[in-house]
Amino acid sequence: MSRHLDIDVAIVGGGLVGSSAALALRNMGFDVALLDKGFCGAQASGVNYGGVRRQGRPREQLPLSQRAHAVWPRLKELIGIDGEFLRSGHLKLARSEADMASLEAYAAEVADQGLDLELIGHNGLRERFPWIDGSILGASLCAGDGHANPRLVSAGFASAARRAGVHVLENTPVAGITRNGEGFALEAGTGTTLTAAIVINSAGAWADRFAADFGEPVPLTRIYPSMIVTEPLPPVMTVNIGIEGGGIYARQVERGNCVVGGERALPLADPDFSRPRGDGALAIMNRTAEVFPALRHAQAIRFWSGTEAAMPDRNPVIGFSGTTPGLIHAFGFTGAGFQIAPGVGEVLAELVRDGRTSTPIEAFSISRFSRPATSRPDQHRTSHGSGADQPPEPHNRGAHS
Amino acid sequence: MSARPQPLVVGAGPAGIRAAAALVAAGLRPLVVDEAPACGGQIYRQRLVQDGRSTKDLYGSEAGKAERLHAAFAALDGHIDYWPQALLWNLRDGTADIAVAGTSRRVAYDGLILATGATDRVLPVPGWTLPGVFTLGGSQVSLKAQGCAIGSRVVFAGSGPLLYLVAWQYMKAGVEVAAVLDAAPATAKLNLIRAVPLDAGIVLRGARFVAELRLRGVAIRTGVEGLRFEGEGRVSGVAWREGGRERRLACDGVGYGLALRSETQLADLAGCTFRFDDRDRAWLPTRDVAGRSSVAGVYLAGDGAGIAGADAAERAGERAALALLEDRGLAVDRARVVALETELARIGRLRDVLEAAFPFPAHWAGAIDDSITLCRCEGITAGAVREAAKHFDIGEINRLKAVSRVGMGRCQGRICAAASAEVLAAATGKPIDGVGRLRAQAPVKPIPLALQLAADRSEDAA
Ligand SMILES: Cc1cc2nc3c(=O)[nH]c(=O)nc-3n(C[C@H](O)[C@H](O)[C@H](O)COP(=O)(O)OP(=O)(O)OC[C@H]3O[C@@H](n4cnc5c(N)ncnc54)[C@H](O)[C@@H]3O)c2cc1C
Repeated sequence: MSRHLDIDVAIVGGGLVGSSAALALRNMGFDVALLDKGFCGAQASGVNYGGVRRQGRPREQLPLSQRAHAVWPRLKELIGIDGEFLRSGHLKLARSEADMASLEAYAAEVADQGLDLELIGHNGLRERFPWIDGSILGASLCAGDGHANPRLVSAGFASAARRAGVHVLENTPVAGITRNGEGFALEAGTGTTLTAAIVINSAGAWADRFAADFGEPVPLTRIYPSMIVTEPLPPVMTVNIGIEGGGIYARQVERGNCVVGGERALPLADPDFSRPRGDGALAIMNRTAEVFPALRHAQAIRFWSGTEAAMPDRNPVIGFSGTTPGLIHAFGFTGAGFQIAPGVGEVLAELVRDGRTSTPIEAFSISRFSRPATSRPDQHRTSHGSGADQPPEPHNRGAHS
Repeated sequence: MSARPQPLVVGAGPAGIRAAAALVAAGLRPLVVDEAPACGGQIYRQRLVQDGRSTKDLYGSEAGKAERLHAAFAALDGHIDYWPQALLWNLRDGTADIAVAGTSRRVAYDGLILATGATDRVLPVPGWTLPGVFTLGGSQVSLKAQGCAIGSRVVFAGSGPLLYLVAWQYMKAGVEVAAVLDAAPATAKLNLIRAVPLDAGIVLRGARFVAELRLRGVAIRTGVEGLRFEGEGRVSGVAWREGGRERRLACDGVGYGLALRSETQLADLAGCTFRFDDRDRAWLPTRDVAGRSSVAGVYLAGDGAGIAGADAAERAGERAALALLEDRGLAVDRARVVALETELARIGRLRDVLEAAFPFPAHWAGAIDDSITLCRCEGITAGAVREAAKHFDIGEINRLKAVSRVGMGRCQGRICAAASAEVLAAATGKPIDGVGRLRAQAPVKPIPLALQLAADRSEDAA
């Protein structure tokens, strides 16, 4: 079946970035198509850990993260469901004095950004969070952070976009994008062709291909964070947990299941899919039982993983193409795109409408990868240094949440 | 022993035992793992303790086969490594993760024979989660392994050959069987005439079960619709419609099932390609006549690869083992191969007939009331599933799982996936093979968080 659409904006990739942009643009009155090679929200956005966390992000991400922070409590009004968003707080644990010092340094560094971090010592931790193992020395609490159900939020944005009048074309892989006069021509699977004035490249771990097609190769790699989930348990965890320097991150959902992430999975023969390694899953499980003694006798019922785009400096690419007018990139969230995606969607819509945005995004320009190597940020150290000795972790501080 | 890792046989039922025996006969030493404490599989399951019942008491007309199979496995002692009560919970790239005796072992294998068997297929009906309602297979297990009946006045309901077999076994064990409620119309059984040239024995045995049940006054009802189980806190009766009339019977135990479904998660984790099988109305791993899957070195045998029964499983297990040997360049007895394949083809034709005689009542799915629990683990109703499919505009089973949680609980969809797919297909007007297949994830069954990785390797574990 062949069909043709002539629209204002074509969005390639129906993850949370693409679908929140689609909804925002539609609400501004644009004619929008949202294309996904599979189902919207079936990749990273729908299978991630579900951490809605500002704490631990590099300073340059915080204005964007704060913008997203304002969107999360409004989900019900925006997409018709609350996505099980819970403002539980995010508690980042320190296992050593050095880790605690690192948490303190971070709190000082971002003190002016409005995260309201609270540093908690060992005694305070024992008193307020007695379900955390006594070997943990201290922690940093961001009371305004929380967690949500990615399966619902991502599908929710896409279906809200559809209801708002966005052409949501699933199972429609974009095969090629070409510059066509003032705009673009897109060829997609199932005989679909589109012409659009603007193209947003939000193709997640597959976005590098489209950037390269327009002369902007990027050093994007794929990472596969591993997740495990327990059977439903009585309420134990009152906050979303991260650990300084990595290891595991854990949250308990309302139904009682504890979701725990850590380690890295491996892609399958079809690299769109990945699965945790058996020993990796066991390592997460064993660590969970150590850090949360109440879970010692719990059972794990499922593992999973997802495919995520990682950039070497752990910051995403967001903004106009450096080579091609009308092309906007938004990818490479390096394990931490869930929380900021609804903010990114708003920013992308502003870029389309106004050609600029009120939120600072200069640090995320794609042109940073075409500058001489000397000015490129260090590959393993971030401005406030942690996780330095690790391969790219889902985000700069070594753990999502 | 060569430097090559051992072949791994998963399942010590009819297929797994015959596979292991054929490998041993060729001089290989396989590792056989099974969750059960003793060999035999579901059908030839052994009692947990000696309780004075003879094999004849336990297996009836199949006692000879059970004895031969148990003896065949006993004869492998010393020639195989056997891990009972072992859960293979993950598979990948030639390595299996196996929880056994409190630790998890990583086992490298060269050649994998999956003989994982089947479990009951059900469609939810009102009251299906009431205490006292068991699956047909569960009813049989409780009788065989524990010598316990599921009630003192029992009704068996559903479809499939097992329906009559279990009812008969209960009657023989001295339990009052109040009724057999067959979802298929009486005319469906006329198909069995076609089975006579394929296996007269099976047709006669079935006829004998029915005759003996009738003789003892057991009501046998066919064309049963609107089946429901009633009771406060536990089952106290069943109700159904028959020829437009409402019927009701008191009972304190129900065995319910709609034939069997293959346990395919390990084949999925092993990377096998699946296809939709019309006869089983299920997605099954593809295989050739010998049992070779789409993945080199992975072989499929028995009900885990498609429902065909115990006799077929024995042959398929042996055939798969011979395929493994052939693929290793070892000599196999060609005449034996031909004989096995001929038998398997005959049983395949018999299965076609049995399926026509005991059809799956797919039309029940659309009629499942919104209030009925579809996914027991997560407590998701049919209504919630339909609502989620509608709200998110979903017509694919993995997406449905993502937004509704159906199939996400402890059983990982082993119990509810077939029914959920039926409900989704009915709700969206799609054919059953158009709503996709629930992808498997490890662990295949729940494992403790504190499960430790064993330091040793399988090679020294032997
Ligand atoms: C396991 C895991 C855990 C994570 N945990 C967290 C967390 O706790 N907190 C957090 O903030 N972040 C987390 N993340 C990161 C977060 O999920 C991602 O950063 C974010 O979802 C990225 O959104 P996206 O829309 O860019 O990508 P995606 O959701 O991957 O969307 C990209 C879409 O593009 C489509 N596409 C690709 N190529 C084409 C094509 N040619 N044509 C059409 N469509 C195409 C894909 O099918 C896909 O749907 C995690 C990621 C993973 C994998």
